[in-house]
Amino acid sequence: MGWTRKDLLTMRDLDASEIVLLVDTAASLQEIASREIKKVPALRGKTIVNLFYEPSTRTRTSFEIAGKWLSADVVNFSSGGSSTSKGERFIDTARNIAAMSPDVVVVRHSSAGAAELLARALPCSIVNAGDGGHEHPTQALLDLLTIREKKGHFDGLHVAIIGDIAHSRVARSNIHGMRKLGMTVTVAGPPTLIPPFVQELGAKVSYRLEEAIGDVDVIMMLRLQQERMTAGLIPSLREYARYWGLTLDKLARHARPDTLIMHPGPVNRGVELAPEVADGPYSVILDQVARGVAVRMGVLLLLAGRKGGDGA
Amino acid sequence: MSLLLRSGRVIDPANNLDAVQDVLITDGRIERLGRNLRAPAGGEVVDASGKIVCPGFIDMHVHLREPGYEYKETVATGTRAAAAGGFTAVCCMANTNPVNDNGAVTDYILAKAKVEGAVRVYPIGAVTRGLRGEELAELAELAESGCVAFSDDGKCVMNAGLYRRAMEYTLPFGAPLISHAEDTTLSRGASMNEGVVSTETGLPGQPAAAEDVMVARDIVLAELTGAHVHIAHVSTAGAVRLVRDAKARGVRVTAEVTPHHLVLTEDAVRGWDPNTKMAPPLRTKRDVEALIEALVDGTIDCIATDHAPHAISEKEGEFDQAAFGVVGLETAVAVLLDRLVRPGLLPLATLVARWSRDPARLLNLPGGSLAAGAPADITILDPDAESTIDPSRFRSRSRNTPFGGWTLRGGPWMTLVGGKAVRP
Repeated sequence: MGWTRKDLLTMRDLDASEIVLLVDTAASLQEIASREIKKVPALRGKTIVNLFYEPSTRTRTSFEIAGKWLSADVVNFSSGGSSTSKGERFIDTARNIAAMSPDVVVVRHSSAGAAELLARALPCSIVNAGDGGHEHPTQALLDLLTIREKKGHFDGLHVAIIGDIAHSRVARSNIHGMRKLGMTVTVAGPPTLIPPFVQELGAKVSYRLEEAIGDVDVIMMLRLQQERMTAGLIPSLREYARYWGLTLDKLARHARPDTLIMHPGPVNRGVELAPEVADGPYSVILDQVARGVAVRMGVLLLLAGRKGGDGA
Repeated sequence: MSLLLRSGRVIDPANNLDAVQDVLITDGRIERLGRNLRAPAGGEVVDASGKIVCPGFIDMHVHLREPGYEYKETVATGTRAAAAGGFTAVCCMANTNPVNDNGAVTDYILAKAKVEGAVRVYPIGAVTRGLRGEELAELAELAESGCVAFSDDGKCVMNAGLYRRAMEYTLPFGAPLISHAEDTTLSRGASMNEGVVSTETGLPGQPAAAEDVMVARDIVLAELTGAHVHIAHVSTAGAVRLVRDAKARGVRVTAEVTPHHLVLTEDAVRGWDPNTKMAPPLRTKRDVEALIEALVDGTIDCIATDHAPHAISEKEGEFDQAAFGVVGLETAVAVLLDRLVRPGLLPLATLVARWSRDPARLLNLPGGSLAAGAPADITILDPDAESTIDPSRFRSRSRNTPFGGWTLRGGPWMTLVGGKAVRP
């Protein structure tokens, strides 16, 4: 089967075969990174706009490299806050950019639903590169590709996602994607960082790190934002690191020796991950980043290469 | 000057009447009800057979936005929307600019209403100066100028000590405090209800407890002071339970509910439509069921729209950045006739009572009754009218409704204010 959607907005919308198609496409593009000439003509003449309303280094760079390796023309638009310096509204900026006929707009925004808003307003393809606390599908896809390469399959794997689940778009996208592929997901963190009814999304819940990391194939640690302290959700970074930081000692005592350690980055070393763990033998954090480019190439290729389409 | 409404089904809960009757109106007042009344010479006759003749509907919670936000709504456009929607009177909230926290602003609103208003307008004064929640507004002057209640609606008076003093100070005026019950320490930053949909969408949510905590506080303070507190736009099963218990104890608490909280749930937010964003937020099915039950049994005293017009630019775009609130005047009656009365969830006579007799009693307003001598403010419904809600045809200056495109059976047919049909 082929790709038919105009946009990539969420993992929740996709079915398992679409997810596998995206992962397979990315896998087939990985070898480009090892070529001497990292350029294929697949998207020559196509224009991709990276519309980033939130600071981002790795995701934006990853999309930019992906577009360039596919020979597309890539334009970056960044804005610090939720509106531009001239006070133009997001939707108006987007309409103006659309008037310049891009083929794909990659959007990151602090508001949940921002990508879907664009998808309805603009005729071009939209890729959600993170919308508030909602979803971040390309991060989930690169996590899935990494897991499949290391473990060989999806079905039956058990993943523990640890940390600030409540505010995490990475957690949401991964829960949806992993459940559809037959994996078991446990989310864990202090109760103030676990959203209500998360079980309805198909995840199990644990309030103890030691319990959550026992007998899982993958541990995915999430970044803790400093704002969570001022919001009264946790008492201190020190206490968080003590009870929720992953250390070699906790791994050795509670986890299986073959457990993969993942993190969407950027890592707070010494908070959620001890440096020895982040750089240790089971950490695949840099593999995730490397696969990020392949995943984004795959997504851009499927969206921009879509023939005729559904009438947008 | 006389008008005879011929052969309508008259529902007048204040007088325990539900029967086919003629209604004779003379000089703006109800002259007489009865069978086969003779039309006076030269008088007008309206055939109301098949229609439902009710005391004029009173919407005790609207935002007319004037002065200050005339780009959203004015007294002229808002009262036309009211008339089109079947309302003969509206009470307008104080969050204008300047705030209605002194007699001069009240005078301005009433003067506008006299010249441009299509229906009766009763202003509601602010509780605190500038709605800042810090010091009392000039409440006695507001009452004397014609304010029928006091409210910082849109904001909650978080300072319990100050709210207690407001309750005491207004005791002699016979006008209730209307409470926008929202503990902002529990709701800060929220765009919607906290629950399964907020977890899925990642939108920041506020728990039902944000409302319940404040309703409990207001009830306790009403008990302390003996004041009448009215809970605006109740949205939770918990608040219903608190109000029901308080009423049973004899506390002077009353409550209202909006049409949108009666027919929509948080599920409506899944489509990211900013017209599903309001305060309090849409809650769960369990809450909706509790609200309907409370409206039927009288725990909730009246229906009010919380008509909150906003310009398109404030209601498109990112959900979490959009303004709170929806318009309701032109959709409320049709939505509830179709979604609650037609399926048998709410008796028609109860709907009529909760929109006429009960708000009139609660605020000591003229109207709410078709007794001889009462002002001829009359709402006539057509139970069979089919309509599809088309926001582009609203009389309101704003279009922010969650009901656009809904096809409904039953709706307002004619609105009479002081015996005259208002053609909005």
